[in-house]
Amino acid sequence: MTVISSVKNLEALSLSVVAEFDAGVQRVWQIWEDPRQLERWWGPPTWPATFEKHDFVPGGEASYYMTGPDGEKARGWWRFVAIDAPRSLEFDDGFSDDNGEPVAEMGTIHGVVTLEPTGDRTRMTVLSTFETEEQMEKIVAMGMEEGMKGALGQVDAILAEHANA
Amino acid sequence: MDRLFQAFADATRRDIVRRVTVGEYSVSGLAALYAMSFAAVQKHVAVLERASLVTKEKRGREQIVRANHAGLHKARSLLDEYEVIWRQRTERIADLLAETDPQANEKSAGKAETSEAEA
Repeated sequence: MTVISSVKNLEALSLSVVAEFDAGVQRVWQIWEDPRQLERWWGPPTWPATFEKHDFVPGGEASYYMTGPDGEKARGWWRFVAIDAPRSLEFDDGFSDDNGEPVAEMGTIHGVVTLEPTGDRTRMTVLSTFETEEQMEKIVAMGMEEGMKGALGQVDAILAEHANA
Repeated sequence: MDRLFQAFADATRRDIVRRVTVGEYSVSGLAALYAMSFAAVQKHVAVLERASLVTKEKRGREQIVRANHAGLHKARSLLDEYEVIWRQRTERIADLLAETDPQANEKSAGKAETSEAEA
């Protein structure tokens, strides 16, 4: 397991996840810095992310979309608030409409990423803070697709087993 | 500075939620508990209200704050699910980091050859 701990703060609508990776800090930094690597893990396989813009400098912006199983697109934007390579990264994350314009009423999700060396491994802490339950609901709906599919696949397997028995 | 302010804000909001879960409070009743202005407490309540964690209701001249139990329950389950999303992300990151990138190796090998040829 890569995740070593997590803390949920209900009042702040925040989640902090601590994970450890078998790679150096410089290497782990690349998964945020390089949009082609970022695309490979940000969205689940059923909702892969495509970053059209990734201006990785303080004040820079990124825009991306996630493509759903039926070809539907969910668009989002990032604004890099602070970047201290290769140690920390702070960004705002929000939803965009079909024209790529930020949807103000959905608010922003604030992310703070910290990388620390632990021997030859890297500890990554990601703190995400939401403004509303609505945002969380939408993100969870997109991000849970994979988990749901996995769970349903297991149900299918169990049903098939029983059918054969 | 920002982070410090945020930490204090979080502690105050946590305390507000903890109190109103046990019983109802008026905004002025809450304001009397903290070393901050009525307006500041009102702002914290508004943030919690927006996050669907408390409800505010006018009663006479008072504004009564109560826990939004359904909202709190939903927030907890959404944070649980969001944690699963991050667990899946970190698994994908670990897989990505474990890959040896043949393209990158070829590229750097190619570069080395080129520079050797040039030298």
